[in-house]
Amino acid sequence: MIADIWTWIWAFVGGAILAFIAILIIAYLTWIERKFAGRAQSRIGPYWVGRPHGWLQPIADVIKIMLKEDIVPEDADKISFNLAPMFVFVPAMMLFAPIPISEGLVLSDLTLGLLYFLAVSSLSAIGIFMAGWGSNSKYAMLSGMRTVAQMISYEVPLVLTLIVPALSYGSFKLSEIVELQKGGWFLTKPFIGQTTFLLFLLAGLAELKKPPFDVPEAESELVAGFSVEYSGMKFAFFYAAEYAHLLAVSALGAVLFLGGWDGPFIPGFLWFFLKTFFLLFLILWIRWSFIRVRIDQIIGFGWKFLFPLSILNLAIAGLIVL
Amino acid sequence: MREEEIVLSMGPQHPSTHGVLRLILRVAGEEVLSVEPEIGYLHRGFEKLGEASSYIGYTPIVDRQDYLTSASNEFAFCLAAERIAGIEVPKRAQYLRVIAAELNRIASHLVWLGTWCLDLGGALGGGTTIYMYCFRERERILDLLEEWTGARLLYGILQPGGIRYDLPRGFHEKAKESLELVLSRIDEYHDFLSGNPVFVERTRGVGVASAELCKALGLSGPIIRGAGIPFDVRKAMPYSSYEDFDFTIPTGKDGDCYDRYVVRMEEMRQAIRITMQALEGLPEGPINPRPHYRSPVAFRPPKGEAISCVESPRGMICAYIVSDGTERPYRVRWRTPSFAAVQAMRYIAPGHKVADMVSILGSLDPVLGDVDR
Repeated sequence: MIADIWTWIWAFVGGAILAFIAILIIAYLTWIERKFAGRAQSRIGPYWVGRPHGWLQPIADVIKIMLKEDIVPEDADKISFNLAPMFVFVPAMMLFAPIPISEGLVLSDLTLGLLYFLAVSSLSAIGIFMAGWGSNSKYAMLSGMRTVAQMISYEVPLVLTLIVPALSYGSFKLSEIVELQKGGWFLTKPFIGQTTFLLFLLAGLAELKKPPFDVPEAESELVAGFSVEYSGMKFAFFYAAEYAHLLAVSALGAVLFLGGWDGPFIPGFLWFFLKTFFLLFLILWIRWSFIRVRIDQIIGFGWKFLFPLSILNLAIAGLIVL
Repeated sequence: MREEEIVLSMGPQHPSTHGVLRLILRVAGEEVLSVEPEIGYLHRGFEKLGEASSYIGYTPIVDRQDYLTSASNEFAFCLAAERIAGIEVPKRAQYLRVIAAELNRIASHLVWLGTWCLDLGGALGGGTTIYMYCFRERERILDLLEEWTGARLLYGILQPGGIRYDLPRGFHEKAKESLELVLSRIDEYHDFLSGNPVFVERTRGVGVASAELCKALGLSGPIIRGAGIPFDVRKAMPYSSYEDFDFTIPTGKDGDCYDRYVVRMEEMRQAIRITMQALEGLPEGPINPRPHYRSPVAFRPPKGEAISCVESPRGMICAYIVSDGTERPYRVRWRTPSFAAVQAMRYIAPGHKVADMVSILGSLDPVLGDVDR
C-alpha cells in the first residue's frame, strides 16, 4: 500500500519536474532555432531583448503570448475548438515519459516503451483535426484534412522503420536497447544501421510536419493552417507541442540510433543531450534549406517510395537477425 | 455546385498574393476547379492624375505605378512625351537611362526570386533563406541607385528630354564590383534551387502557359519568352540606343514555372552585361538637350499624340499620351504587363492543387500597383 502511494507521488512529482524541464528546453529551443535560422540566412537573429544575443527573447515571448486576448470565433464548434490545443499538447508532453535520459534516470521505464511512443505520437493528429474542424474556417479545415492524410501515410513507414532496432536487440524497452548498444551504436551496424537511420529521418520529418513536409500549416497557401483562428495561450500550446514533438523525436533517435547515454569521459545525461541536439540541428538544417513539398507529392513519396523501402529494410534486418 | 466543393477566397489579405489581389477559388478537396482574380483594391487613378499634373511633375508620380521598376515607368512616359515634342535625347542621357533601367531590372528580379521562393517554401522554411540572400544582393544594387539618385525605390531620375542627374564620382568602380558580386551570387542561387529535386518537382510542368495562350491574352516579358516566343521590346523595337549593346534574349520551351524561372535568371545576367557595356562605352556630352527645365510647366509639347513601349522586368509597358499643346497631357493611357498576367491565372491555374496557386501566381510576377494603376 505504502509502495503504491510512493509510486503515485513519484509519477506526479517526477512528471511535473520532467514537464517543467521539457517546457524550459522548448522555450529555449525557439531561441536556438531563431539564432540558427539567422546564421543560415546571414542575419543576426534575436539580439535586443537580453543583450547580447537576445537570451531573454523566449521569456518575453511567453509573457507576450500570455497577455494576448483569447479569441474564440462565434461560429466555432466550442467544445472541439477549446479542447484541441490540449489534445495536441498533452500527448506531446507524454512522449517524454519512457525516454531514458541516463542510467536509471527515466520516468517510466515501460517494457513496451517504443510502442507507447509511437502510439502516443499519433494521437496529436486527432487534436489537429479537431482544431481544423472546430475553427469553422476553410483554411483550417483543409489543413486538418491534410494532416490526417499525411499522418496516416507516414505512420506506416515510421513504425516499420522503428521496429528494426527493436528487432535487432530483441526488446521494446528503450533503456534495454541503450544498454545493448554499449558495444556499438545501432548507427554503426553495417548497412541496416545507416538505411534505417535515413528512413527514420525522412519519415520522422514528415511525421513531425516540419519543413519541407509542413503542408498542414503551409502558411503561403493556407495562411497558418489549423492554428489560423487561435490566439493567445491556445496558440502557444500548438506551438509548444510542435517543439515538444521535435525534441521527443530527436531524443528517440538519440536513444535508438546513437546509443543514448553511452559515451566516454562526461556524464551520461550530457551525452544524451549532446546527441539529441545533434539530431535536432540536423532537422533544423534540413528545415532551413528546402522548399515545401506539395501534398500529393508527399503522399506519393510516402506510399510509393518510403513504404516499400521500409518493408524491404525490415525484411533485410529480419534476415540478418536470423 | 457539387457537394464536396468549397469556395475559398484567397486574399485580399493573404500572405502570398503579392499585395491586395483576391483570388476566388472553387476547390474540391485539394484540387482547384476554377480561379477568378478580383482586382481593383489598389486603384489610385494614375491616368486621371496624368491629366491633372504637368509633364515634368508627372514623371515622379508614375514611379508609384509599378513600384519595383520605377525607372521603366518613367522611361515609357518620357519616350512618348519626347516623341510628341520631337526632342532628340543626347547619347549620354540615353546610355544613363539604360543603366538605370537595367539596374532596376536586376533589383526587381531579385525581389521576384526571393518572394517567389517565399511562396514555394514558406516563411518558416527554406524559402526564407533564399529570400534573405536575394535581399542582401538587392541591397548592393539599391545602394548604387541611392548614391546616384538619392532614392532607393522611387527614383524620379528621368525627365522628358533627358535625365536629371549625372553619375556620381567613383560610380564606375563601385558598380563593377557590385555587379560582379551579384553575377557570382546568381550562379549560387541557381545551384541552390535547380539542384534541389524538391524545387524542380514543384515547378516543372506547373502552370503551363502555351505560346498560343500567351499571344491570345497579350502576355509579354518573361512569361511569353518562357513559352518560347523570343519577343523583347528591346530587340523588336529598339529604343534609347539598345541596338548598341550586345545581349541575348533567353527563351524557354514549355512555358511552365521552371522555364519562367530560368528565363528570369538569365535576364539578370544579361542585364548585368548590358550595364557593364553601357558603363564602359558611356559617351561624353550633355545629359539634357538644353538647360534644365527650370519650372515644372516649362515643357510644352505641341498638339499631337504618341505611344511608346519599353521592356520592363514584367513585360511590355506602354504609355499613350494625347497632347493639346499645354503643359499638361490631355489624356494618358497605360498598358501594363501585370494586368494581362493576372488574368492568365484563369486559364493556366485550374486543375492544379491549392499549393500551386501561389507558385503559379508568383511565377507570373504581378505587381498589384501595376495591375490596378
